[in-house]
Amino acid sequence: METATAPAKQSNVFRNKGTMELRLSKNERRLVMSYMYVAFISLFIGGLMGLLQVLVRSGNFELPWGINYYTILTVHGVILGLVLTTFFIIGFQNALMGKTVGYSKKQLNWAWIGFAVMTIGMIIAAITILVGKANVLYTFYAPLQAHPAFYIGITLVVVGSWINAFVNFRQFYMWKKKHPDEKSPLLAFMVVINMLMWLIATLGVATAMLVQFIPWSLGYKNTINVLLSRTLFWYFGHPLVYFWLLPAYMAWYAIIPKIIGGKIFSDTLARFSFILFLFFSIPVGLHHQLTEPGLDSTWKFIQVILTFMVVIPSLMTAFSMFATFEITGRKKGYGGLFGWLKHLPWSDVRFLAPFIGMLAFIPGGAGGIVNASYQINTLVHNTIWVTGHFHLTAATTVVLTFFGIAYWLIPHLTGRKLTKSVNRLGIIQTILWTVGMLIMSISMHIQGLIGGPRRSAYSDYGGTAQATEWGAYQMAQAVGGTILFIAIVLMVYIFVKMIFFSPKGEEEFPIAQEEDNAEPTPRWTENWKLWIAITLVLILFAYTVPIMDVIQNAPPGSAPFDWPIGNS
Amino acid sequence: MHLHKYEKYWLGLGIIGLIAFLLILGFGAFYLGTHPQSHGELIDPENLEMNEAFHEENLGLTKVDEGRYVLNVVASAFNYNLGTDESGAPISHIEIPAGSKVLVQATSPDVVHGLNFAGTNINMMVEPGYVSALEVQLDNPGEYTLVCNEYCGVGHHMMFGTMEVVE
Repeated sequence: METATAPAKQSNVFRNKGTMELRLSKNERRLVMSYMYVAFISLFIGGLMGLLQVLVRSGNFELPWGINYYTILTVHGVILGLVLTTFFIIGFQNALMGKTVGYSKKQLNWAWIGFAVMTIGMIIAAITILVGKANVLYTFYAPLQAHPAFYIGITLVVVGSWINAFVNFRQFYMWKKKHPDEKSPLLAFMVVINMLMWLIATLGVATAMLVQFIPWSLGYKNTINVLLSRTLFWYFGHPLVYFWLLPAYMAWYAIIPKIIGGKIFSDTLARFSFILFLFFSIPVGLHHQLTEPGLDSTWKFIQVILTFMVVIPSLMTAFSMFATFEITGRKKGYGGLFGWLKHLPWSDVRFLAPFIGMLAFIPGGAGGIVNASYQINTLVHNTIWVTGHFHLTAATTVVLTFFGIAYWLIPHLTGRKLTKSVNRLGIIQTILWTVGMLIMSISMHIQGLIGGPRRSAYSDYGGTAQATEWGAYQMAQAVGGTILFIAIVLMVYIFVKMIFFSPKGEEEFPIAQEEDNAEPTPRWTENWKLWIAITLVLILFAYTVPIMDVIQNAPPGSAPFDWPIGNS
Repeated sequence: MHLHKYEKYWLGLGIIGLIAFLLILGFGAFYLGTHPQSHGELIDPENLEMNEAFHEENLGLTKVDEGRYVLNVVASAFNYNLGTDESGAPISHIEIPAGSKVLVQATSPDVVHGLNFAGTNINMMVEPGYVSALEVQLDNPGEYTLVCNEYCGVGHHMMFGTMEVVE
C-alpha cells in the first residue's frame, strides 16, 4: 500500500539550486570602488617600502633624509598586511553581497559609515607611523610604546570592519527570512563565514587595544602585561591570515569555474570546507608563540594539533579545484590522462593569475606545516624563512588571486571592458610577479634555513662568515624585490587604465552555477547556531587555561619603553 | 554529503598522513623530550638581581662539570651582556668544546628580544618578566653568530655576538 508523504514534513535538503544574480546599483558600485582605491594606493605605497627594504638589506643603499629602516618596515607590514588586505576583502565581499543578496538603502548607508570609520582610522594610524612615532611593526611589540594615535587608529579600522560585518549579517538574515526554504547563495554564505571568523578573531586585538594598549599609552596605566598582549595579538594574528585566504577561496570555488566555462564542483563540499575553516582558524594562535617563555608546552602542543586540522579543508579545496578543471576539460572533449589541462584558458589573466596563486600554495602550505611543527619551529622561528613563507601564501596566493579578481571586478564597477591589451599587460604582470617572487622567496627560505634573521636592517654582525653568506641571499632578494616593484607599478598602471581609459561596456561578473543534476545541499549546512557554538567551544578549550595562566602567574608588569623606537 | 570515490581516497590518505605526522611530532616531544623553549620562571624586569643567574659575576659562560656549561645572558636594547673578561672588558665571543651540553638562560630588563645562535638549536624568545631557558648539545664545530631575531627597536640589528664550538 502506498503512503503519501506528509506535506508538512520538511525535507532535509534544500530544493533550490544556483544563485539568482542581482545588478549592482550605482551607489553599490561606488562603495566597492572606494575600497578598491584605498587598496591599490596601499599596494603602491607598501610596494615602494618593500623595494626600499630589499635595497637597504643589500648593503649598497642608505635611506635618505634620516628615514629609519624600521619606519618603512612598519609601513610595509601595516599597509600591506592590514590595509590593502582588509580594504580589498571587504570591498570584494560587499560586491559579492550586492550581487547575491542585495542591499537595502539603510544597509548601504551603514556600509558607507563602516568605510568612513575604517578610512579615518587608517589615516590616523598612517600619519602616526609616517612621522616615526610608531616604529612598532604590525605586531605591536609591547612594551615598546607607540604614540596613542597609532593604537586608536588601528582600533577604528577594526570597529569600521565590524560595522561592515553586521551589515553583511543583516543582509544575509533578511534574505533568509524572505526565502525561508531556500539555501543561501554560496558566495553570501562564504562571506558570512569569513566575517564571523573576523569578528570573533578581532575581539582579541580589540581587547588588547581597549584594555591594555590605549590606557597604557595614554598614561592611565603604568605597566602592561607583555605576554598577555602577545597572546591576545596572536589569537587574532592567525585567523587574520585565513581572513585573507578565504576570499581567495571564494573566487576559486565559485568564480573560477565560470571563467573556465565549467560548473561548481560541489556546493555542499565548498560550504563544509568553509565551516571547517571557521572552526580551526582561531584556536591555534599559540603556534606563533612556540619559543616564548611563560606558556605551557602541553597547551602549545594542543594548539599545534588544532592548527593541523586545516589540512583537511585545504585538501578538500585542492581536490575541488582540480576536479573542476578536469570535469570541464573532459566535457569539452579533451581526453587522455592530462589532456584536459589543455582546455584551460591560459591566456586569460582572470584565470592565469589565480591559478599561479593556487600553485604557490603548494610550497606555501608545505612551509606552513614546517612552521607549525612544534619542535621543528625552533629551526626557523624568526628567521627570514618565515618571511619567505608568507610572501608565498599571502603575497602570491592571496594577492595574485585578488589581482585576478580585479581584472574583471574593476571594469564591471566602472562600466568598462577588460580589453585584449589590458589582458596582455595583466599576463606580463603575472609573469613578472611570479619571477620576482620566486627569486625573492626562495632566497629568503634558504637564508632562513642557515639562520638569517627577519625584521632586521642591514648588518654584517661583526663580520662573521655566516653573515657574509647571508649577504649574498640578501642581494638576490634585492633583485627579486626590484622585479616585484616593477610588477606593482605595472599593476597600478593597469588599475588606472581600467578605471579611466578602457572602452565603455559591460564586463561580466562571473558567478558559477551548479550542474543541473547536482546533489541538493543538505539543510544542516546552515545550522549557524551550531557552527558558532562549536567555534566558541574550541576557542574556550584551547585558550582558557593558557590565558588564565598568563594572567594569574604574571610577572611584574612592564613600564613603557619609547626610546628604543625613537619615540621619546 | 556525497563524496566522490577519488575524493574519499584523497582525503583518507591525507588524514592518515596527518595522523602519522602528528604522532611523530608527539613522539619527538613527549617520548624523546624535544620541546621548544617554554620555561616559565618569573623575574622582576626592574630587579634582575633577584635571580642569582643574572648577578653580574655569573653572566656569560661558566663550566659547571665535565662537558657541561651554563650560559647566562641579559639581553637589553641593544646589547647581549655575556659578562666581562679579566681586564673588565665586555665579552662578545665565547668558546665551547664540541660535544658539550650547555644550558642557556636569558632574560630582559626592558623589551622583547630574540636569542638565536644561528645554525644551532638555540633559538628562543626573551621577554621581560620571564627567564627563558633551553639546554642543547653542541656537536658540530664552527663559528655561530649570536643574533637578536625579534624586533626590539631601532638598534635591533646591532645586537650580536659569536660562539665558537671548538674540537
